[in-house]
Amino acid sequence: MTVRLDDAKVGDAVVAKSFPAITRAKLALYAGASGDHNPIHIDSDFAKKAGFPDVFSHGMLVMGLLGQAVTDAVSPDRLRAFSTRFVAITQLGAAIACEGTVAELFEADGERRARLALTARDETGDVKLAGEAIVAL
Amino acid sequence: MVDASAIGMRFRPTHARVEPGRFRFFLETLGETNPVYRDAEAAKAAGFAGQPIPPTYLFCLEMIDNDERFAILEALKVDIARILHGEQKFVYRAQVYVDDELTFASSVTDVQQKKGGALTMIDVTTRVTNQRGEPVADCVRVVVVRN
Repeated sequence: MTVRLDDAKVGDAVVAKSFPAITRAKLALYAGASGDHNPIHIDSDFAKKAGFPDVFSHGMLVMGLLGQAVTDAVSPDRLRAFSTRFVAITQLGAAIACEGTVAELFEADGERRARLALTARDETGDVKLAGEAIVAL
Repeated sequence: MVDASAIGMRFRPTHARVEPGRFRFFLETLGETNPVYRDAEAAKAAGFAGQPIPPTYLFCLEMIDNDERFAILEALKVDIARILHGEQKFVYRAQVYVDDELTFASSVTDVQQKKGGALTMIDVTTRVTNQRGEPVADCVRVVVVRN
């Protein structure tokens, strides 16, 4: 259960969204949609030759899902910054769950802001992306 | 191996228009159903001057209409099979809308060796401006090279 950001306190969960498993078809479509045609994400022969067991997700696809989870909770014009570390490779078949909690409430540039601590985990609970968003309240 | 001598290297700016059809394809691919992105009327009702783009789409726009998508890797002589995306940061300065025309100017801003030289982390910073020359975002991507 998430709470509305306007009323949130430090520690409150304000972002929560889960997504279906990432398929090969999704990776192919994302390559086209994003312009990132790196064959490592769409050509299993290429991925194996590069030393990986199979194709794997674009990090930015998962960050795109995390961004979607964030802007479900906060209007895009309130987003001041968004960053992630790609902690581990997101494998084919991963079903991503995104979460965000309020880490800090502060004032900057004349507005009240919140720093949200964000994670994207796969279905086994492994953290794939860890990051933060700065949002205006 | 890329080393600190690459810091300061600048790349030819790239340009992209936020083309509505391609933008729609991106929304479909991510399963994005938020009406503020999908519906010009909903965006207007929410107080936007146009249809806003989602927070990571800027990363795509830098490559999407670029004939030399991987020019930065080529300039650095990095093999595309050896790279991973380590980190990504966006700082937003102004809202970007569908039909905006953006310019992306990228440069290498840091290079670090990790794990005794097994990995090289290259920071590429991109300043994005719109058709009025206004800064809309600063983006930093950390490219990890498996040496």
